[in-house]
Amino acid sequence: MLIIDCPWCGARPEIEFRYGGEAHIARPADPAAMSDQEWADFLYNRTNPKGLHAERWRHIHGCGRYFNAVRDTVSDFFVTTYKAGEPRPDIGESGK
Amino acid sequence: MAETASMAETAAIGAPRAAYPLDALALGARSIEAARLTALGPAARLAFRGREAAIQAAGEAFGVALPREANRRHTADGRHALWLGPDEWMLLAPGADPAPLFAAIEAATAGLPHALVDVSARSVTIEVAGPKAAYVLNQGNPLDLSIEAFPVGSATRTLFHKAEIVLSRIAPDIFHVDVWRSFAPYVWQMLEDGRRELA
Ligand SMILES: [Zn+2]
Repeated sequence: MLIIDCPWCGARPEIEFRYGGEAHIARPADPAAMSDQEWADFLYNRTNPKGLHAERWRHIHGCGRYFNAVRDTVSDFFVTTYKAGEPRPDIGESGK
Repeated sequence: MAETASMAETAAIGAPRAAYPLDALALGARSIEAARLTALGPAARLAFRGREAAIQAAGEAFGVALPREANRRHTADGRHALWLGPDEWMLLAPGADPAPLFAAIEAATAGLPHALVDVSARSVTIEVAGPKAAYVLNQGNPLDLSIEAFPVGSATRTLFHKAEIVLSRIAPDIFHVDVWRSFAPYVWQMLEDGRRELA
C-alpha cells in the first residue's frame, strides 16, 4: 500500500485519500471574455505529463483537507506534498 | 441528511431507545478477554468548525480546550475534544444531554464565524479493550497502532474495512471506535471476525 504524506496528519495509508485532478489550475476571472476554445481548455484539457505531475489530493477519510502533491506518473512515487495555496516546489522534471 | 435527523431526535435523547443499533449484537458477543467489545451508551456529540477567534471561546464553553495539534484528543471532566481537521473538532460528552452544551457553545461563539451541529444521534461508540485490541483493529485498519506511533490521547478519522470511523486511544489497551449508526452493525461484525481467532 502506498503511504502518502498529508501536510496536516503526516504519513497515512493511500486508502484514506482521493485523487483530485491536476493542481494549480485557477478559474478564469472573466469567463465571458474568453473564446470557446479557451474555455474548453480550462474545463477539459490537462497537461498529462509522463514524469512529475502536480496534482490535488484530498485526505477524505482523515482531516478532510485538500492538498497538493508532486507525483511521478511513471513510478507512482510521491516526491513531495504541500498545503493548498502554497506554490509548486521547484523540482526537476522527473523523480526517481 | 443525518444532521437534520439528529436535530429531531435530540429531544428524545436520554429516553430509552427502542432500536439502539448494537443491542442485539452486543447481547450475543462472546467473552474474549484479549479483545473485549462493548457497545457504549448514548453521548452528546457536537461537530464544531471555526476559525481562530471562535476556537478558544468554544473550548471554554465546552470545558475542554480544543487541541491544536493534529489528531489529538483533549479530555477534562469526562468530556472529550477531538481534533478531526485544522478547523474541525468533535466535542464528545458521554451520557450528557446535548441541548444545554449546544446552547452554551452557541452563546459563547455568538457573532463569531463558526458552524456547530448536533450530531449526537449520527453515530455510536464501540469500545475495543484488551491486550489484543490494536491487533484486532489492524485487521481492518492499516495505521501504525503501536504505542509510539499512536499514543494515548491520539484520535483520528480513518477507515475500518469499508466504513469510516473515528478512532481514539483512551488507554494503552483501550480504543474507542465512533461509527455512523447505520455502519455500526457492519463494524461490530468485522471486529467479531477479527477477534475470532483469539477465542
Ligand atoms: Zn490529513
